[in-house]
Amino acid sequence: MRNVGIILRRELASYFATPVAYVFILFFLVLANYFTFYLGGFFERGQADLDPFFNFHPWLYLFLIPAISMRLWAEERKSGSIELLMTQPVTLWEAVLGKFFAAWIFTALALALTFPIWITVNYLGSPDNRTIIAAYIGSLLLAGGFLAIGSCMSALTRNQVIAFILGVVVCFFFLLLGFFPAMASNLPDWLQSVVAAIASLSFLNHFNSIAKGVIDLRDLLYFAMLIGFFLLATSIALDVRKAE
Amino acid sequence: MIKTEHLSKRYKALTAVDDVSFQVGPGEVLGFLGPNGAGKTTTMRMLAGFIAPTAGTASICGHDIGTDPLAAKASLGYLPEGAPTYGEMSVRAFLDFIADLRHLEGGRRRERLDYVIGRLQLQSVLGQTIDTLSKGFRRRVGLAQALLHDPPVLILDEPTDGLDPNQKHEVRTLIGEMASNKIIVISTHILEEVEAVCTRAIIIARGRIVADDTPAALAARSESKRLDEVFRAITV
Repeated sequence: MRNVGIILRRELASYFATPVAYVFILFFLVLANYFTFYLGGFFERGQADLDPFFNFHPWLYLFLIPAISMRLWAEERKSGSIELLMTQPVTLWEAVLGKFFAAWIFTALALALTFPIWITVNYLGSPDNRTIIAAYIGSLLLAGGFLAIGSCMSALTRNQVIAFILGVVVCFFFLLLGFFPAMASNLPDWLQSVVAAIASLSFLNHFNSIAKGVIDLRDLLYFAMLIGFFLLATSIALDVRKAE
Repeated sequence: MIKTEHLSKRYKALTAVDDVSFQVGPGEVLGFLGPNGAGKTTTMRMLAGFIAPTAGTASICGHDIGTDPLAAKASLGYLPEGAPTYGEMSVRAFLDFIADLRHLEGGRRRERLDYVIGRLQLQSVLGQTIDTLSKGFRRRVGLAQALLHDPPVLILDEPTDGLDPNQKHEVRTLIGEMASNKIIVISTHILEEVEAVCTRAIIIARGRIVADDTPAALAARSESKRLDEVFRAITV
């Protein structure tokens, strides 16, 4: 676990070695607030909650998270530094975890910097702050799921642009699954239950139920398994393709 | 001791390394020679634990690279081909990172860092980003990384590539100094380098070992006593 921490710290420092990290955070904050106030109608609704803020997070993450995760492994493979890293006395799994957690902490930082909107809503009314905390946790878990997928896509290629596009496509697929039941309403019953089972794999349902303020063990388990699955896929992809 | 037994690496249609067996003991400086694509880098990558062999085994200081890779990697200093590093880091931060991964601490950490920085003359560029360094400096940062934990075994893939003649001389002197108590394997295209630093040379062509002898004995195989003629005769 010590090696995970060492790799994590190096990775996190490398985000801030270039202006890209600051530009990203700025972009994230501007977009999050634009969605909340213009598309979400934060003021017009006249309700003291952050639904218009959190409702857009899945769509915001769809493009922003693959932009963070695309470089995770593709860059290492392109520059050859993966050979340096993997010939140090560290395991592949430690490297996968270290890099993933660095990206996740970076995202958490960007998310934490949205705190002024929380202060605003408390100034304007008296929202249910427990729901807001739950929604922040849900949003962070959602970001983790996107990042795990992005990490896997980044491990598949040396090209960061391809890693980005693959990341968006696969994440979009996992979002779309949530709309299946609505599209399949006139199918026979047995098929409906299959559709419902597939839809339960979607990010949206799990994120929405946490964002409503209910932290259910099943939703937590869903995100934990999703992240675990894609990190395992990352390590398998690296094992097969790292030297190519 | 480095020991390989029937080491092979096959890709779909290509056999990159074919049944390579050799042993290297302390005090030996083994030069790996061969045309481009002969399998030098692939062999070194397998020894360093970066890629897994398709068949055969290898061990570093008694640690099998397949079953005990962390112990094998811990006793090894490895300079990958092209000396890749993290370009956005400063030299100081990069060496600190490697020292962390090598679990160097306290006085020994300072001593080793001071040694490699001094020995490879990196004092003047410590604060500089690696991306901004010349090719020669980057190679020296890669060498510093490999030497940092004072490993008993060094595997250096083209350690002098991109260095100017003075720097080449410096690196060869360094290899010569370390040779007495370490096992060193270097790969190179430069035949004069083999004669200057290696106690033994293995020539590899199309993945197979075609010659394994001292540089002098190899050179003696041709009428003109020149290593490059022997090299051409057995690898073309």
